[in-house]
Order: sequence, then C-alpha cells, then structure tokens
Amino acid sequence: MNSSNPLPPKERMRIPRQRMPEQPPADRRANFAEVNLGLDAALARQEALRCLHCQSHHCFTGCPVGVKIKDFVELILRGDYLAAAAKIREDNVLPAITGRVCPQEDQCEGQCILGKHGQPLAIGYLERFVADYERRVGQVGLPPNAPPTGRRVAVIGSGPAGLSAAGDLVQRGHQVTVFEALHELGGVLIYGIPEFRLPKHIVHEEIENLRRMGVEFRTNVVVGRTVTVDELLGREGYHAVFIATGAGLPVFLNIPGEHLCGVYSANEFLTRVNLMKANEFPAWDEPIYDCRGRAVAVIGGGNTAMDAVRTALRLGAATATIVYRRSEVEMPARAEEIKHAREEGVQFLTLANPVEFLGDARGWLTGIRCQRMALGEPDASGRRRPHPVPGSEFEIPAQVAIVAVGNRGNPLVQSTTPDLKTNPLGYIEADPQTLKTSKRGVFAGGDIVTGGATVILAMGAGRRAARAIDQYLRTGAW
Amino acid sequence: MFPIVEARWLAPDVKWFRIRAPLIARKQQPGQFVIVRVHERGERIPLTIAGADTETITLIVQGVGKTTKLLNTLEAGQAVRDVVGPLGRPSEIRRYGTVVVIGGGVGTAIAYPTARALKQAGNRVLAILGGRTRALVILEPEMRAFCDAVYVTTDDGSYGEKGLVTDRLRALVTGPERPDFVLAIGPIPMMRAVAEVTRPHGIQTMVSLNPIMVDGTGMCGGCRVVVGGKTFFACVDGPEFDAHQVDFQILAARNAMYREAEQRALAEFQAQHPHPPDQCRLTRAHPELLLPPVPAS
Repeated sequence: MNSSNPLPPKERMRIPRQRMPEQPPADRRANFAEVNLGLDAALARQEALRCLHCQSHHCFTGCPVGVKIKDFVELILRGDYLAAAAKIREDNVLPAITGRVCPQEDQCEGQCILGKHGQPLAIGYLERFVADYERRVGQVGLPPNAPPTGRRVAVIGSGPAGLSAAGDLVQRGHQVTVFEALHELGGVLIYGIPEFRLPKHIVHEEIENLRRMGVEFRTNVVVGRTVTVDELLGREGYHAVFIATGAGLPVFLNIPGEHLCGVYSANEFLTRVNLMKANEFPAWDEPIYDCRGRAVAVIGGGNTAMDAVRTALRLGAATATIVYRRSEVEMPARAEEIKHAREEGVQFLTLANPVEFLGDARGWLTGIRCQRMALGEPDASGRRRPHPVPGSEFEIPAQVAIVAVGNRGNPLVQSTTPDLKTNPLGYIEADPQTLKTSKRGVFAGGDIVTGGATVILAMGAGRRAARAIDQYLRTGAW
Repeated sequence: MFPIVEARWLAPDVKWFRIRAPLIARKQQPGQFVIVRVHERGERIPLTIAGADTETITLIVQGVGKTTKLLNTLEAGQAVRDVVGPLGRPSEIRRYGTVVVIGGGVGTAIAYPTARALKQAGNRVLAILGGRTRALVILEPEMRAFCDAVYVTTDDGSYGEKGLVTDRLRALVTGPERPDFVLAIGPIPMMRAVAEVTRPHGIQTMVSLNPIMVDGTGMCGGCRVVVGGKTFFACVDGPEFDAHQVDFQILAARNAMYREAEQRALAEFQAQHPHPPDQCRLTRAHPELLLPPVPAS
C-alpha cells in the first residue's frame, strides 16, 4: 500500500507523539470508569502522520499476531477507518482489547524506528481508535467464513487464546464450540483485567462478533469435571480439542500468616470485583472486605499487581502500596500501568519482601513483616536477582494484603486426561509452532503452556493453534 | 438457566430441590458439589449434591443467608440462573468394615449419598443424625432404608436421645462395635468435636469442609484450608479431608470473614421479603405436614 502522507519524513519526525486523553487522577481514583478516553479523529490523524512508512516495517515483526500495522496506519491517513479496522481484523480478532492491554513498548512500538531518536508511533492508541470507531458506527468488518468443512473443534476456555483460535477456526469453515467454566465468557479479560482498564462491554461486544461469525459458546462447563477431553473427542463428536485454560492456579508466598482474614490472592480479589461486581455490594450479592480507610498492600510488580492495587484505591483504601522485591526498573508491568498507579497515589515499596503476615487474636491481618532486599547478578530472566539484607526486617501496617506473584497451570484438564504430558510446573507440553500436545487431536496454547504471559501472546498462540488444527483436520496427519 | 423440577420443605428453613442439570447428573459421584448462582446479580455458593438421576440433581438447602433464603423462595417451574459442576473430589468409597456416618442438621443431606455408597460397597453403616431440635433432623427415613442402625440425637431432647452426636459416637467407639471409619458432616464445632472423640482411638475420620468459595475450580484460592500444616484448596483437593489433620480454627475464622456484609445483605433481603414461605406459622408449628415422600434416588 502506497503512502498518502503529505509530509516529508523530517517533518513527520518533528510532530510530537500525541498524548492519550485521560480522566484526571483525582477523579479516576474514586471511580471504575475507563482511565484512557481514546484519541479523536484529529488526534489520530496527527499521530498517524508521524509514521515513516518504513520499507522494512519492524513494527510488524514486533507484533505477536503479525498485524499489518503500516497498512492500517495508512488507511487512517486516508480517513477510511472502517477499512483500517478490517485490516487489523485480518490478523487480530480482538483489536479493541489489544489496543488497550498490549505491552506495546515491548512489541510493535518497541521496534518502531521513531523510537530510536524520540518517541515511537503510538500504535496501540491508533489500534484502539479504529476499533472503537468501528464499534461506535456499528459496522464491524467481520471477515467472511470459508465453506463449511463439517469438522468440529472444541475450544476449552474463553480467554484470549480460546477466543482468538475460535475466530480463526470458524473463518476456516470449521464448527467451533467454546466451553467456559465460569458463568460469564471472556476468561481473564472478564475476571482479571479491571473495568477501568478494559471496559467489560467491549469484551462482550467482541464475543458477540464471534457469535455472529458462528462460534457457539457454552458457559458453566468445567472440562475435566462436567465433561472430559476424551468424552469431547468420543461421544461428543469433536474432531480436535484446543486447551486454552490459562494459568489459573494462584501462587502464594508460603510464609506464616497467609491464612489470616484479609489476605487474598490477586485472582480472588480481582474476580470478586471484576466478575462478581463486589464493588457494587449489596446491589450485587458477592461481598469483598471493606477496604475503606484501610491500608492495602499488594505483593508483586506485574500488571496483575497494578490492577489489584488500583482496584483497592477505588474501593476506598486509605493507602495502597506495591511491595516488590526488586527495584522499579525490573517491574514486569506495562510502563503505562506503573505511571497511572503512581499518578493515582499508589505508593511503591521496592527492594522489600514479605516474610510474615501478622494478625490479631481473631485471625485478622494487621501488618506485614518485610525484609530489605539488594540486587545481585542477573538471573535466568535477565533481571538482577534480589537477595535479602541480613538484619533488615521491618513492619508495615496492612489490613488487606493481596498476593500477586503469579500463577501455575490449573490442573483440572491435565489430571483427567491421562495421556497428556505436563512439565514439573504443571503446564501442558506442546510444540511451540504447531501447539500439538502428546495426545492425538489435542492442541494447547496460551498461559496453560507458557505460564502467565500477556493477552496478545495468548492470542498469538490461539492463531498458531488454529492454523495447525486446520491443517490436521484437512490432512488427518499428526 | 437450570429449571427446578420439584421443590419441597424438609424442615423450617430447609428445602429440597430437584434441578434439571443432565450433564452434572450423569457425572456426579457422592461427595461432589456444585456452585450455584441464583440470579443475575447473585454470588456463587457451593452446595453439595445430595443425589441424582439421569437428568436431575438433588440439592438440600438450608436458608442461613440472603442467597440461600432467596433460593429457598423458588418453587418448581422456576429456575436457577447458573449451576456448574460436579466439582471437588468424590468421597473415597472403600470397604472399611464398620463405618459411622454422622450428619449434623443439613449435613445429613451431604452425608446421605456417601453413606449409601459405603453401604453398597459392603460396609456395615451406622448413622448418627443430630439436630438442635426435632424439626431439624432430616432424611431419617431415607437413612433408615439402608443403614444397619440409625441413632438420632437432639440438643433439646425433643426427639431421639437428648444430647450431642458426639455423646452417641463416644458410646460407639468404646462399645463392642468399634468403628473402622467415621465420616462427619455438619457445623464446624461438631466436626471438630467428632475429630477429638476418634483421635485417641486412632479411628480414621473424614470431614467435608465448607469454606467460602468463588469459582470452585482452583482459580481464586479463597477456599484454602490448612490440613496437616499444609495448604490445600478445598474446591479441587477436597472437600473431604482427614479430620485429625484439619485446622478448624483457621477454617472458622475465614468463614466469618464476611459476617458483617452477610448480615447486612440478609437484613435488606428480609426487609423486602417479610414473610418468606419458611416463616409461615403453620409450617413452623407442623413441619411434618410438608415432609416429602421418599425422594427418587
């Protein structure tokens, strides 16, 4: 696609990166509405003008699902926003979601040439802009489906990996049923990521689009309990199964006091609010510990930790503190989440690690004993390994503590599928390219294979799985 | 939606439901539970399956909080929003020899399918059914239908032996028919007391724990319990655990975590529903009028 950009490259580089309009921090810390308000058409055009339209478009290679970024940015310049959205949808079935939650700085924007000398193109903002435009005008450019193949695929889990695979498979003409254990569809997009970062109506609309494309959804089915993988492949008549159950088994710290009332896993804390709407108790029935006026500490430095700590603020916490054992540089959270958290008043206690939760006689949390940490040599992840400083213990007050240090593979499917190989951490073993497992006809991808990662990486796995499943269904070759 | 096929009062505040859920019905085994969400804005609560045929499951619900009282207002022809399961590990059914199954109040409903399976496995099954008062002793005829002996205790002496289930249990463990296995399901203080009766005798004892749950699939960790000094998730590792190893104090404390919120929700619910059916004076005075015939197994 040729560039219609009227500006010579030098002038493009003079345009500053456009800023995302946001709710002011003082307002937003007291509500659950979305923080980022989205670019308008003028801002989007101004931002799109910055694109250098490089021959070797590195942004594309930085995208785990291979969105044709240069082309959709060009369509924005031409003012054809619907075509831009359709261009994204060729590779990404959930653009309104990824435009909001992708760690762009590590992916497309991290590869952008503009970033070498200044700030990279705001690809995430632009993606969100066209996806929102498309939703607003109600003309979602759903791609056409191939003629029916008569083959049936069961997708286990309705999170990003499952949805992405379902969208691609149905386009290739297969009949797809997505099984979800919870009463609502969307997986981590619904129970994990808060409303203020990803409004749930967007997830609902994206799922509705998949339904319109022909994907069948069934809630309240726990594969491994309600029905097994072998039954899906047997009496239920599915020709292939894609396991995309996510890394839903929270890791705790295994330190004394973890059973005190007030100590939550991030999964539970966020599920109570995001899925069960405990912030609207008693209009909704599920309760959550009343955080108003209380000290809340969140242990961890990833996106989930940021989501939990900012949720606690919105529930009225007097103080909301991140406790992280390394320094801020090593935090795995998206840069924007850390920035937003700080603007909202979140405190950061870095180089500190909890060693004990302290409680009162009734079994309620009152504080956390921590120790100071220092950074040593880099470990396998490339980040400097923290080690405790002897004699450095100190206490912080906390009535609520939320443990956000990651997940392991949820064993429900594996433990009821005897011939499925898993690794010592409980994740399913699958070929990284074809996502084939040790069991014929069964594929697995997303966090249940890789461990906790990102929405877009899970979607990438879903795409690869769809391609491999399609090939398997057409050739029968394993 | 999961249609209610039959609904009847078993005792004041205790209702018996048959709910259409074919996938769960065909799969469930004694000791497993479902998670139920009654309505659109409802919380998720675990309820143990009390029985099933090919199409329906039986749930016996004691109205203690808003959700269970709301559920108990439903009648045949109405529906429950969400039912998911069967969850948890089934009871371990083996031939132990002589077993004692103890049901405290509505705990009898949970113990009932396991007790029957234990009988079918060739055990001699003795049941102790306890309640605060006569009306709260449930499923006695159903238990009598297959148990080798059924003992009833009430706190107030209004029916059976006056006293606690542990009084009768103590007599059994020191009597000629020393049990080889005990299953106790009921309120936490009762299960803890049972554990203390059997511990000195080294009698294997299992209890079914009822911690607060959200998803029921191991995802949230809210139902963590301490057994033998180690953490387990009751929803996937349980709900049955070795009674002698369970830390009941932590369980009781954690179950009280939302007491204020629960009381508030209940008060608001009762203000809107001043006369739910279980508060009808006639049925309170004569609950036997509403006893169902023996449920289809």
